[in-house]
Amino acid sequence: MAEIEEGKGLSQSLHQSAAAYAVIREQFADAISDFDANETMPFFEVIETEKWPDIALFMRDHPKLKFNYMACLSGVDYPAEEKLGIVCNLESLGAFGHRIAVKVKCSREGGSIPTAAYVWHTANWHEREAYDMFGMQFTGHPDHRRILCPEDWEGFPLRKDYKVQESYHGIKVPY
Amino acid sequence: MGLLDAGITKHNVVVTSVDNVLNWARLSSLWPMGFGLACCAIEMMATNASNYDLERFGIFPRSSPRQSDLMIVAGTVTMKMAERVVRLYEQMPEPRYVLSMGSCSNCGGPYWEHGYHVLKGVDRVIPVDVYVPGCPPRPESLIGGLMKVQELIRMEQIGLSRADALKKLAEKSIDPQSVIEQHRKVARA
Repeated sequence: MAEIEEGKGLSQSLHQSAAAYAVIREQFADAISDFDANETMPFFEVIETEKWPDIALFMRDHPKLKFNYMACLSGVDYPAEEKLGIVCNLESLGAFGHRIAVKVKCSREGGSIPTAAYVWHTANWHEREAYDMFGMQFTGHPDHRRILCPEDWEGFPLRKDYKVQESYHGIKVPY
Repeated sequence: MGLLDAGITKHNVVVTSVDNVLNWARLSSLWPMGFGLACCAIEMMATNASNYDLERFGIFPRSSPRQSDLMIVAGTVTMKMAERVVRLYEQMPEPRYVLSMGSCSNCGGPYWEHGYHVLKGVDRVIPVDVYVPGCPPRPESLIGGLMKVQELIRMEQIGLSRADALKKLAEKSIDPQSVIEQHRKVARA
């Protein structure tokens, strides 16, 4: 019985996410991909990367969406596609309770993604971390620099092809 | 040999060498610098607290490197922290001792291969006198390490370099292998 209720709860949450997606799709049409309706984390991808700030602002402020909370922003490396990307987990706290993930991709070498730091302040440090670990640029970011590694660190550690530098300030780095 | 072992005569006079007095004073009031880098620091704090009570050895953490003569490197040393560790070490007055506590500061520990940000052993930046293995070491291990530092201080003489004192300590130490074998034999029997 409990299992059935839990399953019902999950699909209801998925239904909510799909409804939210329909509102965004109506506004932005082909700028975003189809909806991926998986139970773990339903998501869609932004195809026209330069529209990402508009979509973000729309998602935050539309009365039917109210994605007022960015739970996380992670970086991803897609070496096979020659791309880097971010995954934003968004939720609507205290309003609707629905959630959705948004993926935005850019070119692996010299690629850039417009910042969402002015939409959700959470994105400020998270985008700095994604830049620190993967090396994509966030255009328009208010404080675009590394956050964890030292300022003069070479390379971006979470890229799949990352090789650690030989020495840092005269100290040997590899084992 | 401890200073008090020399015996006090009825006139309250102790006759000993200057080396002995200096060593006795140093080893009985080892003041570590009060800083911790990771989980080993929790174990170090537990050792400082009442159950293990480091103060009975005269060991009491100080808040300034200027007042400390022992540095317990307790935890993962990141590349970013390495330079700060060196600076703190350089701010300590001589004679100063370094105890590397736990696998991370000994050799990088679990981060040895994929930890791009971890210094693979604090001995790459500062000279280490005593290494305490463990992840993290139990308070007993840390106390063992601190007693090893005390033994090292006992080996010191005026005009003797640290390297020679360490060599002397190594010569006086017994090979643990025979003890291990003996214990195994008893366990088997």
